[in-house]
Amino acid sequence: MPGLLPVFRKELADHFSSKRFVILFVLVMISGIGAAYVAAQSIRDELRTANATTSVFLLLFTASNGNLPSFVSFIGFLGPLVGLALGFDAINGEQARGTLSRLLAQPIYRDSVINGKFLAGLTTIAVMLVCITLLAMGLGIPLVGRGPGADDLARLVLFLALSVIYVAFWMAAAIFLSIVFRQMATAALAGIALWIVCVFFVGMLAGQAADIVAPVGQNASAAALLRNQEAQLLFARISPTRLYSEATSTVMNPTKNMFGDLVLRSQVQGMVPGTLPIGQSLLLVWPQVAGLVALTCICFAVSYIRFMRQEIRA
Amino acid sequence: MAAIVTPQPGAAVGVEPAARSDRLAIETHGLRKQYGEFVAVDALDLAVREGEVFGLLGPNGAGKTTTILMLLGLTEPTAGTASVLGCDPTHDPLKVKRLVGYLPDNVGFYEDLTARENLLFTADLNSIPRAVARPRIDTLLERVGLGDVKDKRAGQFSRGMRQRLGIADVLVKDPRLVILDEPTIGLDPEGTRELLDLIRELSKEHGITVMLSSHLLDQVQRVCDEVGIFVKGQLVAAGPVARLGEQLLAGQPLVVEVQVAPEAHAAAAAALADVPGVESVAEEGGLLLVRSQADLRAEIARRLAPLGLLGLRTRGASLEDIYLRYFREH
Repeated sequence: MPGLLPVFRKELADHFSSKRFVILFVLVMISGIGAAYVAAQSIRDELRTANATTSVFLLLFTASNGNLPSFVSFIGFLGPLVGLALGFDAINGEQARGTLSRLLAQPIYRDSVINGKFLAGLTTIAVMLVCITLLAMGLGIPLVGRGPGADDLARLVLFLALSVIYVAFWMAAAIFLSIVFRQMATAALAGIALWIVCVFFVGMLAGQAADIVAPVGQNASAAALLRNQEAQLLFARISPTRLYSEATSTVMNPTKNMFGDLVLRSQVQGMVPGTLPIGQSLLLVWPQVAGLVALTCICFAVSYIRFMRQEIRA
Repeated sequence: MAAIVTPQPGAAVGVEPAARSDRLAIETHGLRKQYGEFVAVDALDLAVREGEVFGLLGPNGAGKTTTILMLLGLTEPTAGTASVLGCDPTHDPLKVKRLVGYLPDNVGFYEDLTARENLLFTADLNSIPRAVARPRIDTLLERVGLGDVKDKRAGQFSRGMRQRLGIADVLVKDPRLVILDEPTIGLDPEGTRELLDLIRELSKEHGITVMLSSHLLDQVQRVCDEVGIFVKGQLVAAGPVARLGEQLLAGQPLVVEVQVAPEAHAAAAAALADVPGVESVAEEGGLLLVRSQADLRAEIARRLAPLGLLGLRTRGASLEDIYLRYFREH
């Protein structure tokens, strides 16, 4: 495909040398390492009480002391910002600087431009997340006094793959906004609005919406309560952030075997406390993973179509 | 409209500089572009010969840029066909873009890259190996007068420098045809002169066909061999500048401007009224305007010589007059 490689190379160089990327990298790194450090501190206490089946190493990424969110929730929270920053000026920035028409007048396919940009963004995201995870790991191992086992490593790789897809979703959304809106500032603001809605509001509104669809009174039956919870989960899962947090919290925690806050006694009665093998954890979150991948693909496909049909006229 | 002539075998471009070939670089038939209800370009029949400098002249919004985008395959025509260097831009845009350099209106560069890096990126996109591209880029930057600043970031460039970098960018792919959209907009007179000289040089010394669009007449008149005038999406006239006058002013009375000493005005006006064929004599800004059907300059000169004739000139010969006159009437 002519043009894909030059565009990819240039975009990658642009990302790594941009101030925007450096700022976000430092931000995510500080919060990630901070979270891992705090987790390592609290793990020492937990080690005394935790049962032997818990994977101590992964607690580095999932535990929090209540003040600072865990590493995993930091990525869920800040990841969208990284994705938005990498994509919000992808197309309209080229238009504003007058480089798009010059670019498209070269003998390259038009899709090379958008594909090259997307692939460069994806590579940037992957490099960034792998770096920060390894940094947090390197800091955590001496503090915890235990290295990762094979299962831990496999779970970490899964977590990284999920995180790259999740951040790529936000980048694809940002690229779409950069095609729809001519102004870079408008695209950035729209992206931030979407981020706030998905990270904060969907969770809050899901409870309200569930109460309307499946109301629960003071003396509601267990069935009604369960219906309410199912409705709430359904609404909350509109947000990719929710899908991501469910998927990663399960993948990173072998003991987690169900979602939701409400658990009936009959559900846990007779349950053998233990850990799930990685395949079973993955099976549990398969719908979430498929949803995330699908959302990312849809977002990119819509951007692609919009871009291919766009008139080049300034 | 230039006639379509059968291609001459062996008429190589560039071998004989300044020689005009009879082969057509650009040819369109009934080209039309419609945006919703708005017709941007209508029934365009254009013919540009290889090796010439062709000017697309017209006010803003006349359809010049749309025409250029269709020629490059950057936008699809609603109807009609185009052929650029023998290729169809709608179906084979890549082939056209390989041969054609395009300088967009209000060209921009990646501000964080240096002038040389920007051109190297263009070379990469054209699959030109770096070993070939590097010396070519250095030569081109020297030629457009940016040799000293080639390692400076393009973000620091002035408008004129960006425009010159744009010309170098267009030439990186070694094109056979270059299309320049409003190349002199926003340039100071000195920058404009330099740019026009450069365009002239491209055409005369390197045999590159040039098509440029502008709404500024004097510039088009200075560099173009042929001109096409665009109004509201239609090509109202095309041809060499001199012939364009006849075409547009056919059937219009001829106006001769006569300049005499101010004290001799009354006598001169009386003398002119006696000349056979003169339809009217009017005064405007210290000049006497003589309207007639035929060219009476010789007779006027003979009659006014004793009264102290200072100047004599037909109005409507310059492109500007043609242009202004045309727009006043439409």
